[in-house]
Amino acid sequence: MNYFDKDLASLHDDLVNKKMSVRELTQETFANVKATDAKIGAFLTLNEDAALKQADAIDADGVAADNPLAGIAIGVKDNIVTKGLKTTASSKILANFTPVYDATVVEKLTAAKTITIGKTNMDEFAMGGSTETSAFQTTKNAWDQTKVPGGSSGGSAAAVASGQVPVAFGSDTGGSIRQPASFNGIVGMKPTYGRVSRWGLIAFGSSLDQIGPITRTIKDNATVLSAIAGHDKHDLTSSDKAVPDFAAGLNEGTSVKGMRIGLPKEFLAEGVDDDVRKAILAAADTYRQLGATVDEVSLPHNQYGVAAYYIIASSEASSNLQRFDGIRYGYRAQDVKNLEDVYVKSRSEGFGDEVKRRIMLGTFSLSAGFYDAYFLKAAKVRTVILNDFKAVLKDHDFIMGPVAPTPAFGLGDELMDPITMYMNDVLTIPVNLAGLPGLAVPAGFSNNLPVGMQLIGRPFDEGTLYKAGYAFEQNTDFHSRLPKLGGQN
Amino acid sequence: MNFETTIGLEVHVELKTHSKIFSPSAVEFGDDPNANTNVIDWGYPGVLPTTNKGVVADGIIAALALHATVEQHTHFDRKNYFYPDNPKAYQITQADRPIGHDGWIEIDVDGVKKKVGIEEMHIEEDAGKNTHEKDYSYVDLNRQGTALIEIVSKPDIASPAEAYAYLEALRQRIQFTGISDVKMEEGSMRVDVNISVRPIGQKKFGTKAELKNLNSFNYVRRGLEYEEQRQQKVLMSGGSVRQETRRFDETTGETILMRVKEGADDYRYFPEPDLPALNISDDWIQELDANMPEMPGKRRDRYVNELGLTDYDAMVLTQTKEMSDFFDATVALKADPKIASNYLQGDVNAYLNDNQVDLSATKLTPEHLAGMINLISDGTISTKMAKKVFKALTDGEEPKAYVEAHGLVQLSDPAKLQPIIDDVLAANPQSIEDFNNGKQRAVGYLVGQIMKQTHGQANPTVVNQLLIASLKG
Amino acid sequence: MADRITREQVQHVAGLAKLEFTDTQLDAFTPQLDDIIGLFETLSEVDTEGVEATTNVSDQLNVMREDVAEDWGQSAALLDNAPDAERGYIKVPAIIDESEDD
Ligand SMILES: [Mg+2]
Ligand SMILES: [Zn+2]
Repeated sequence: MNYFDKDLASLHDDLVNKKMSVRELTQETFANVKATDAKIGAFLTLNEDAALKQADAIDADGVAADNPLAGIAIGVKDNIVTKGLKTTASSKILANFTPVYDATVVEKLTAAKTITIGKTNMDEFAMGGSTETSAFQTTKNAWDQTKVPGGSSGGSAAAVASGQVPVAFGSDTGGSIRQPASFNGIVGMKPTYGRVSRWGLIAFGSSLDQIGPITRTIKDNATVLSAIAGHDKHDLTSSDKAVPDFAAGLNEGTSVKGMRIGLPKEFLAEGVDDDVRKAILAAADTYRQLGATVDEVSLPHNQYGVAAYYIIASSEASSNLQRFDGIRYGYRAQDVKNLEDVYVKSRSEGFGDEVKRRIMLGTFSLSAGFYDAYFLKAAKVRTVILNDFKAVLKDHDFIMGPVAPTPAFGLGDELMDPITMYMNDVLTIPVNLAGLPGLAVPAGFSNNLPVGMQLIGRPFDEGTLYKAGYAFEQNTDFHSRLPKLGGQN
Repeated sequence: MNFETTIGLEVHVELKTHSKIFSPSAVEFGDDPNANTNVIDWGYPGVLPTTNKGVVADGIIAALALHATVEQHTHFDRKNYFYPDNPKAYQITQADRPIGHDGWIEIDVDGVKKKVGIEEMHIEEDAGKNTHEKDYSYVDLNRQGTALIEIVSKPDIASPAEAYAYLEALRQRIQFTGISDVKMEEGSMRVDVNISVRPIGQKKFGTKAELKNLNSFNYVRRGLEYEEQRQQKVLMSGGSVRQETRRFDETTGETILMRVKEGADDYRYFPEPDLPALNISDDWIQELDANMPEMPGKRRDRYVNELGLTDYDAMVLTQTKEMSDFFDATVALKADPKIASNYLQGDVNAYLNDNQVDLSATKLTPEHLAGMINLISDGTISTKMAKKVFKALTDGEEPKAYVEAHGLVQLSDPAKLQPIIDDVLAANPQSIEDFNNGKQRAVGYLVGQIMKQTHGQANPTVVNQLLIASLKG
Repeated sequence: MADRITREQVQHVAGLAKLEFTDTQLDAFTPQLDDIIGLFETLSEVDTEGVEATTNVSDQLNVMREDVAEDWGQSAALLDNAPDAERGYIKVPAIIDESEDD
């Protein structure tokens, strides 16, 4: 069976009507992953035995008509902890680590009866934009296997784009859901900070991190976000705002008519690839034709986002990653003589270069004599950036622009130059600094590589982004073009 | 050269909460190593802290008890350092907005009263415990995450005796709030001190040395006395004091160098991003203030002014909250305050000392003590009988039931006593004659005879009245 | 090379972070960090006079847990995951410096 082009609703219908059993779907999924993953390299760990058991249990109960996620195969980024299933964050320091508890998102998905196919590759501790800092394997772009899948949720995006699973979960600290979704021509949502519980997400930048869904369609994405969102008593930063049924409002009547959209001039400035600019301008025209107004607006401090972000995220990361010390779990260096050796050797052998670079930057930014000039200054610039967004969103329903300045770049192209790599996040990072929701939507192609559009909304207004994304999807066909690779497609 | 001494104290008080400050694991001691731990206490990947409301309330109570300003816009910070008993390699504490600041307490050294300032107090998590053996150390995380309040004094303390008095006063006030047991021997109160000396007239403070791991108030005082002398000697011989951490040796009474501090530690503090800020409302503060247990000073005033006790009695009774609460409960059951005070300071304290126990660990209750005192007051038993009854109370017996079961009831009925008196008078004509000749001693002899006849159960007051009346007949 | 951060500073920071670098690694790392810190310093162009710092963008305030103890029953599994454990304790090579912090 080929369910590559099926959305959640039609898979669900097939399961409810017993056109296939959950076991069949799950088995097919594993067969397909095994056939395609030699090319893609999306999965680090497969969960076959447990998944089939779970599938049988769901078959035994029957798939309920009112549970759109029952029996659906999902991929989970390897920085989201799964009880009893190896979780490494793509780091040698956790190479053999098996969590003893589930992330809240995983608990919610288990309750919704999804089936975890496996854990997806990522940049080590989510630090990177190409999934190349993984300690274990390289993941390739679903459209061109000489290109990066983006990152850090590159495994999740490649798995969805290549048809391995219809849904995968990523985390986004500075663009790590949106950018790989964009590079792979699919949909990725970075929810409002606090919309989804971070309990069980291995922390990178605690004030920036959010878990979100990566899917092939807007409606699928909306369906899944409603299932994982909501207040969690384990995460005091999670919002107690009610979670709407985001998918419910998406239908033939969905319209952007009368909406005001801001297009920041800084988002199309120098450094943005011509094809990307053209795609976004074309999307703006599409929105105008659909009855919205698109104004040029300004986010005057956008260019400072990268510096502020790398200070804040690295500072938080330097502290968050101190717990990986070889004492209580994970990798402990061998042949150590004393405690200092346990610390220094376990960490120096266990972390890769990019992680060490960020730990160093963060430790430096917080250290005596530098805190005010770096960490505190960055936190103030964060306020300035937040205020820029507030000003635009006061009289605009949402903001549109590119996700990334370029389509997917070549494997190995940017790994050697951190600053070039960091500057790639210039359009996604400010959204995390401001804690706003950001949605990546397929919006064009450049030399057969997908180009993604980013929609940025008011806090907790993911609903408007889904509506705007859905209206765009209904009036374009970028999302229906599929990459060609072996296996089922 | 004459010197002046400046002492600063950092006191950690362990709070008596049900659960830890940032994790719901139980706060219990004496269990198997690591038994009361979960993924949060181990600093597992992906875990997040959750703030215990009870700890914040205790922090506010401590601030109020120490006359400090409650910081209504407060938050937590991370203090970063590696140590095996510190699982996240950061401690969640409060750095730039501690929950209380600018407080004071009054101390009394040999009758001289003085206010000592409190710089700030903050709530934070405790670390686990390491046990060191030859080649390995062993880590137990049961204590990890237990709530602490750290109280930092202002540099107002000028002598080891004042430091001692400060600790006594601080322990007493904290104990009366009920938020902690404040027992140094059990580790629920821990004291670090720093001390510096400078020639009188010098503006700049001297270089301070820190004393760590002090196990009693006495050691604090002795350690400071030694250190004060040592630093003065160094300065008088033309040397300079180094910034160092020292340990007090209990057997020699000396302080011993642990390590020289080179520059300040770099803890890289920053606001804890996992915990939303706290805005403490006026209402909450008022509610906690209204429910605050009465502090020792207020209790002393009440004992003197309302219950008629002496200043000394009031002072002794308020030494511990346990004793003071026991006294209040006893008096609330209509026991005579003076008698209750005497019993608590006398028989009760003696019993506690002899058995080396706390009041709460005995079978004594305010109900039973009040019952016994009321039996004394209404003449049912004599104070002599009460000796026996008190012993029974320490075995948990109910006084009235005990008195009845053992026939200890005092004979006070004149109708029953008069015949006995008549018999005794009839048998002792010589004594009657002695009495008539003005020899008062005869009365004592006759009372003794009556008591003998009644096996000591006669009420001496009633016997006296009846006997005099009969003699004067 | 610019002098925003020296090799010695890099080594000092590595000490705080419990990381060690070989000479070759330091040769590569120091100029990289220096460049990135140069990027950081562009923030000085932003006027932040009177601007409050933002360190948290959650919409939550004053959220706390009631003081109730819960046993999650995890301690055995946690000890199982430890690199070295004995008699219920986590075992580590001897600690030489006993100066605890709290
Ligand atoms: Mg301290
Ligand atoms: Zn402390």
